Amino acid sequence: MKRVLLAHGDGGLYAAALIKDLFLRHFSYPELGKLKDAALLSSIDGRLAVTTDSFVVQPPFFPGGDIGKLSVCGTVNDLVAGGAQPLYLTVSFILEEGLPLEELEVIVVSLADTARSCGVEVVAGDTKVVPRGQADKLYITTTGIGRVDPRLALGAEHVRSGDAVILSGPAGDHGIAVLSCRKGVSFQTQVVSDCAPLNELIETISPYFPALRWLRDPTRGGVGATLNELAESAALDVMLEEKLLPVRPEVRAAAELLGLDPLYLPNEGKMILVVEQEAAVAVRAALREHPLGREAEIIGQVERGTGNVWLRTVLGGTRGVEMPAGLPLPRIC
Amino acid sequence: MLSGTELAQAQQLLALIKKKLTGPLSIMEVCGTHTTAISKYGLRPLLEPLRLLSGPGCPVCVTAAVDLDRMIALAGTGAIVATFGDLLRVPGSETSLEQAQAEGADIRIVYSPLDALAIAADNPKRPVVFLGVGFETTAPAMALAVKQARERDLSNFYLYSCLKTVVPALHALLAAPHGLDGLLLPGHVSSVIGRRAQDFVASLYGVPAAVVGFGERDILLGIAAVLRMIEEGTPGVVNAYPHVVREEGNLLAQKLLAEVFDTAAAEWRGFGMIPESGLVLKTEFASHDAALHFDLPHASVLREQDPCRCGDVLRGAISPLDCALFADRCLPLTPLGPCMVSSEGACAAYYRYDRKKGVAPA
Repeated sequence: MKRVLLAHGDGGLYAAALIKDLFLRHFSYPELGKLKDAALLSSIDGRLAVTTDSFVVQPPFFPGGDIGKLSVCGTVNDLVAGGAQPLYLTVSFILEEGLPLEELEVIVVSLADTARSCGVEVVAGDTKVVPRGQADKLYITTTGIGRVDPRLALGAEHVRSGDAVILSGPAGDHGIAVLSCRKGVSFQTQVVSDCAPLNELIETISPYFPALRWLRDPTRGGVGATLNELAESAALDVMLEEKLLPVRPEVRAAAELLGLDPLYLPNEGKMILVVEQEAAVAVRAALREHPLGREAEIIGQVERGTGNVWLRTVLGGTRGVEMPAGLPLPRIC
Repeated sequence: MLSGTELAQAQQLLALIKKKLTGPLSIMEVCGTHTTAISKYGLRPLLEPLRLLSGPGCPVCVTAAVDLDRMIALAGTGAIVATFGDLLRVPGSETSLEQAQAEGADIRIVYSPLDALAIAADNPKRPVVFLGVGFETTAPAMALAVKQARERDLSNFYLYSCLKTVVPALHALLAAPHGLDGLLLPGHVSSVIGRRAQDFVASLYGVPAAVVGFGERDILLGIAAVLRMIEEGTPGVVNAYPHVVREEGNLLAQKLLAEVFDTAAAEWRGFGMIPESGLVLKTEFASHDAALHFDLPHASVLREQDPCRCGDVLRGAISPLDCALFADRCLPLTPLGPCMVSSEGACAAYYRYDRKKGVAPA
């Protein structure tokens, strides 16, 4: 079996072979093939959005995805949440000496396919190799560039008391899928990661853009942490309804077993939308038209307050949803 | 989450409880897992004017600072100290295990004492000390670990037992002035010691009590049972968790505990010394007893300096919201006492679920 060698990071013949035989076979952007130090992009009309994210998920292959797919979805979804249409991506690999080249290729193919499926061009890249034991298989950093959609005016400052909070699908799938195949934790579950690019899903609700106030993908820290950030920056309260919060029964069961709350489990293919109350039902219906929004639900609403998130339990009691502190979930994305 | 039927039953119980509640009453949930569950289900505001007070049933919370000081000192001498993650951030007199770990002490988080045994097997030249906290529920696993250490001749494995038993603590609690109208007794501990062993709560102290499970419906069922006894003036100790708890408890677990442990006086945070409340290794297991094998700082050298009111919280004297430090100087990442750290701690539960940011506590 061929493996990544330290020599693959030497900038010489081995590195050139890796780029030519592996990376360039799967990425089609013409600029990339010229192997220049910098990719030249055509001019973009409008404001730009840029975001960067590093991916260290362990293990790199998990039910429903892998680190390659994840590294595109994570960055694309950050651009989408920023109100931008994703256009370009740069990709940086840190490879551990000894990584089987076959595994690397599967990840590169997955990354390239995901980028293609959401219409994003990989325009630049880099590879470094570190000695065995100094990384865990591979880490990926992606940087995304997008065009800000002029139809959107998003931000906590636009959120008003009475606005509806929508979650585009069940919470916690990614967290449970990754944990289920962790060394030392492994358990049997049917849950697969929700890892998916959400630019198309959000585009389907474009008729309702004027009613859209705030978008965020609830990754690390989950719905609970994300809404706490909203409540704090808007200086308003959020009231969630436990009975409306979509969580798959198998995610709920696994979370209970592990002593985790689905509200804090990470997601990689979900969006939280805050919309004007009057448009909420229509937005939910539009989201449900798309395969990635089939189980979208209005989970609560924004209320006057001082920056708290609350949950009305099925029995009608109210309890706080606190910002998580020190969750035992390292390397989930 | 509750199924449709369970929800309907829980709602019926809630309505029944509200009907019975004519004035303010105080019921203590002895067990920390109950405290957390009650907060998480949002039951406190629903049950007003009933006052639900937390009790001494959080093993991490009642662990004395001196025990942590000893383990921190021991970790500094090159021993491997293994323990549950919940203990790491708990403040001792001066520092915490987490701080000691950051400064280079070899402290390992394990999920079971058997994991610590595996560490001992992997590091035969180093002493491995398991800092064991818990009640009758966790004690059997520690008894097994010590027995296995002896069978496998792992002479470098030691238990530092902070294990405690619930019955003597209930005596200490109820023999002092308390103002409690009823008790919710811990379901898990009761599954080991049995319902019958707690009859004295009613017969000796006249306090009605129920052995209670951990779901919404279970807890409401227990509260309804206690309220009925208060109303009828017939204190007893009822089993509201009958599919798990038996009259006599788990005899196998009791036998195992009796085989490995003796009882001895133990130091409880908030209560001080309680006679017969600690579990210490029997003489035949003395070679695995960290308290005997290592020269640990003596209790009288160190003084417990609790800047916080965890002790009052653990005795049900105050609610966490009554403590001036709560959510002010005492926070989950910079706790002043164990009740803010442990996943079963009352202050941690109130901080997470019952607190309103930006509003001063009542």
